[in-house]
Amino acid sequence: MTEKTSVTAPSTSSNVIAKYLPVYFVLLGIAALEVFLAYRNFSTGTLLVIFLALAVCGAALALMHFMHLAQERPSLFLSLIPATIFVLIMMNMIWTDSNRLLHMKPFAH
Amino acid sequence: MSETEAAIHGSGAMMEGSPYAIPSRKLTMWLFLISDAVTFGAFLFAYGYLRYASTDWPTPFKFSPSILNVIIMTFVLITSSLTMLGAVDAAKLGDKGKTTRFMWSTIFLGALFAALHIREWFGLIHEGVRMFSNPWGSSLFGATFFSITGLHLLHVISGVIALTVVWRGYTRGTLTAGHVETTGLYWHFVDLVWMFVVPLVYLLNIQR
Repeated sequence: MTEKTSVTAPSTSSNVIAKYLPVYFVLLGIAALEVFLAYRNFSTGTLLVIFLALAVCGAALALMHFMHLAQERPSLFLSLIPATIFVLIMMNMIWTDSNRLLHMKPFAH
Repeated sequence: MSETEAAIHGSGAMMEGSPYAIPSRKLTMWLFLISDAVTFGAFLFAYGYLRYASTDWPTPFKFSPSILNVIIMTFVLITSSLTMLGAVDAAKLGDKGKTTRFMWSTIFLGALFAALHIREWFGLIHEGVRMFSNPWGSSLFGATFFSITGLHLLHVISGVIALTVVWRGYTRGTLTAGHVETTGLYWHFVDLVWMFVVPLVYLLNIQR
């Protein structure tokens, strides 16, 4: 079996860079916005939420366009992404413990 | 039968096609990236945990040189993703000259990113930051900073090496456009992780 092709078809455009420039500029814009917001007077908690939201947007763009997940079968997306998000969300279980440490009550409930 | 057709229909009468219609190599890379994402997630959660649980967490990053350096690094890494897309597309079209130009642009940008990152590290080390001590506050700052950025830097350096090896194989005809695409997936993932590292590790710790 020869290996000359792959699933994602090559662009018919002579300049594939131009095709992805909008995503590229949005990602740069998100990074610039994050730096701008970092120097505003937001609380750390508010900044964390904003940063996470912007990072998730940037990651989704990179995942769907740069990594071509949008062009794959939906089954690939459904097999990979929800499970990953679930595992990451489950890591939130540790936060209550960090709060316990903050108050220097190592044996508190 | 092409690799794509084999992935969709199976390569023989007794072989079932992939439900994802992608080559095994690409699926393996996706599974690796998912496990890697969880690893980075664990590192970032551990950092958040320690930061929140510390009353004296340092915020040492000045706009110049640290944040300025990070802005340049971010620009370099996102641009390298764009050149990688060009390399993958050129490889699929069988244009070895264009693939070489795009891949070497990516390799150069990756190496530049690593150099800037190491410069940032040396700057902090010069200011007295170590793995378990620093002049400003919680001793765990250095441990989390060097662990997270070090793991990312390791990925970048590995990616630069992988890109060089794949480029060599592709131009010699021992590797295919599929290999270039799979390496590209890895490279974009490195970019994706950086989108979380910058705001959480650097921008939440700027000096005011």
